[in-house]
Amino acid sequence: MIRFILGKLLYLVPTFIGVTIVAFGFVRVLPGDPVLLMAGERGISPERYEQLLQQLGYDQPIWRQYLDFLGRLLQGDLGNSLVTKAPVLHEFLTLFPATVELAICAIVLATLLGIPAGVLAAVKRGSWFDQVSMGTALVGYSMPIFWWGLLLIILFSGVLGWTPVSGRISLLYFFPEVTGFMLIDSLLSGQDGAFASALAHLILPTIVLATIPLAVIARQTRSAMLEVLGEDYVRTARAKGLPWRRVVGVHALRNAMIPVITTIGLQIGVLMAGAILTETIFSWPGIGKWMVDSIFRRDYPAVQGGLLMIAAIVMAVNLIVDLLYGLINPRIRHV
Amino acid sequence: MTGYSRLLMAAAAACLVGAGAEAKTLVYCSEGSPEGFDPAPYTAGTTFDASSRPIYNRLVEFEKGTTNINPGLAESWEVSEDGLQYTFHLRPGVKFHTTEWFTPTRELNADDVIFSFERQGDTSSPWNQYTAGISYEYFNSMDMGSLIQSIEKVDDLTVRFNLTRPEAPFLANLAMDFASIMSKEYADKLEAEGRMSDLNQQPVGTGPFQLVAYQQDAVIRYHSNPDYWNGQQPIDDLVFAITTDPAVRLQKLQAGECHIMPYPAPADIEAIRGDGNLTLMEQPGLNVAYLAYNTQMPPFDNPQVRRALNMAMNKQAIIDAVFQGTGEVAKNPIPPTMWGYNEEIQDDAYDPEAARQMLEEAGVSGLSMKVWAMPVQRPYMPNARRTAELIQEDFAKIGVNVEIVSYEWGEYLDRSSATDRDGAVILGWTGDNGDPDNFMGVLLSCAGVGEANRAQWCNEEFSDLINQAKTTADQEQRAELYRQAQVIFKQDAPWATIAHSTVFMPMSNKVQGYIMSPLGTHQFDGVDIAE
Repeated sequence: MIRFILGKLLYLVPTFIGVTIVAFGFVRVLPGDPVLLMAGERGISPERYEQLLQQLGYDQPIWRQYLDFLGRLLQGDLGNSLVTKAPVLHEFLTLFPATVELAICAIVLATLLGIPAGVLAAVKRGSWFDQVSMGTALVGYSMPIFWWGLLLIILFSGVLGWTPVSGRISLLYFFPEVTGFMLIDSLLSGQDGAFASALAHLILPTIVLATIPLAVIARQTRSAMLEVLGEDYVRTARAKGLPWRRVVGVHALRNAMIPVITTIGLQIGVLMAGAILTETIFSWPGIGKWMVDSIFRRDYPAVQGGLLMIAAIVMAVNLIVDLLYGLINPRIRHV
Repeated sequence: MTGYSRLLMAAAAACLVGAGAEAKTLVYCSEGSPEGFDPAPYTAGTTFDASSRPIYNRLVEFEKGTTNINPGLAESWEVSEDGLQYTFHLRPGVKFHTTEWFTPTRELNADDVIFSFERQGDTSSPWNQYTAGISYEYFNSMDMGSLIQSIEKVDDLTVRFNLTRPEAPFLANLAMDFASIMSKEYADKLEAEGRMSDLNQQPVGTGPFQLVAYQQDAVIRYHSNPDYWNGQQPIDDLVFAITTDPAVRLQKLQAGECHIMPYPAPADIEAIRGDGNLTLMEQPGLNVAYLAYNTQMPPFDNPQVRRALNMAMNKQAIIDAVFQGTGEVAKNPIPPTMWGYNEEIQDDAYDPEAARQMLEEAGVSGLSMKVWAMPVQRPYMPNARRTAELIQEDFAKIGVNVEIVSYEWGEYLDRSSATDRDGAVILGWTGDNGDPDNFMGVLLSCAGVGEANRAQWCNEEFSDLINQAKTTADQEQRAELYRQAQVIFKQDAPWATIAHSTVFMPMSNKVQGYIMSPLGTHQFDGVDIAE
């Protein structure tokens, strides 16, 4: 098992170097630059432009800028944002808990609804439930997130007034940030109604962010279950008289879970992409919105630092999924 | 979050909770996050709304709702005969904010004023680069470095600016956000403690509100300044709920989650008007949208060709389709609310037949040209692409073939400045300080060619008038010079002036005393909420 883990870790090294190149290169291949955007309609004289580029260190050859970036990275320094002048790592870590909180809620919702729906659809293949749930999943999968979010806000917050429109908690509540997770912090604050307010603010963004993963997980679970249900060992289990519930719940589901867990792991990347739109609509102060703003402002250090951190997190999650996979499926460990 | 700031938030929370339901809180759904709380290094209105306007004051201030200059931290001032010396008499007894991070021991004096400007111009000052990569773009672009020769402290409450040349817009410049007055005592403390960068995070000013806490990208909380020199605020707390999407801002306003919001989507205006719980304030923006020809490239170097094209453009159709009625046709390069606006100028009438004839007379036939459309929405232009398409249709009617081009925004700004640019470019401008020089001097004088002067238009007669106006002290004389300059502008037609957009501010009916600024800033001193 240790060899298996070490092997996986070794794989990460070249991947991470590749990620640094992509993160560094990505913003630089975009047209435009931060100095031009700062100057705006007023324009800027060539001399002043050169002066500012030099001040920011962007007059150096690109390879040298990259080496500087790597050098600082090895010391754990992602640089300072060109816009706010604050350390990128600090900004990232300040905003990251909001994104994680939302992502965890979304993936939990998607899993709790998606797996049972997929199993039921597979077991009752061809039934009305199968058709309705898979049809809905297809719609969910193709839903334009921005439109969907706005629609929910207009219906539930605007017309019905059941949920708050946006933000993480009612502005009435103001307490020190301890963990950065609003659900936990609101409980710790001890203020009446704070937790309920935080929870209410999570409902719509969670639904919106969970929509696509939910659809994917439900469809993946259904097809994995269908495959497994046709296997010999399932027929054997039934033949030896095990109750159907036990056959599905233990023998089939456990095996069908392998591709499903991989899918859930892969959804982490999808969640990051979905977070960009979801956070923008719901004014959710997370890294998705921050990344988009940084890209528009050509804030090179923020974009490259953010990309790097996100890539590292996705890699870590994938590693954990791989390891879990090994635990669930002993065959993998020994390959 | 440091232990210190945790303590701070806890203390602030205790204040707010202690005040209970009786505290009057105004919630503003702002459109974006401030870049920082030191206004000088930034140029974005969103940053000024959150920093300079609530937290700071300037020597002189724009009178609310106008661009007139009123006393601010300076009670009075004198200008020398030759226009080279400005002497300001500071208001006595002005207190800086007492916050969790600073307790002032003295009142405002001349040292604070000198510090506030010198840090921006003096590259040897440790405050010039107090965080890496900082630059003072307004100070630089307003040419303050070469304009201000020295600033001297005459006595504690008198400060004198010595200029290198007479400059009439100087007073207006001092009312701008970059000229906010900071506390030197606080700066010295930060420097001594080795945490200079906190100047941008934990501001201390003299303004109507003081910062309590900023939760990044989410909420900014202010408390009214109990020692404000210009009187107590009717509200206790001011909160900015950062909400980037205009449709969501409106939902929040309608749901009562905020009291007031900026920048509604043009498509929502009618719905807002129909909502009995909301008030919609509007006013003409201090802006202009234009199509700038490249007057150095044939055939656009011929004024007759430019005028012919201007006559072919159906501007009212653009106002109706693109601005959805939220704007007015522009005939001059400055907006009608600005002093010096020439009412008497007649706009080129929309007349495709006459335009076609004029083009023929100029010996131009089978003309193909590029029209540049900006990739972004700006306050003066909701949809440049659609505008370009309408211009394309209009020009096609007189036999001119238009190809629409666009670039990424930074690239667009850069390439459109080039003197050898191919094509006419759609762009615009929002005024910084209400002075006509801020439009005509920046955008149309010979000095701006290759930079902000996108028409690359250098008309000596026009530039002379602008320069003369800039060094004339008397405002009526200046206005007359600008009116003459507008006549030359119209005859020579370096631009097709397209529109001045209207700015809207929807708010709850409970909001009282809000005054819209023609400069597009949003400020909340004096604003109340009806119970």
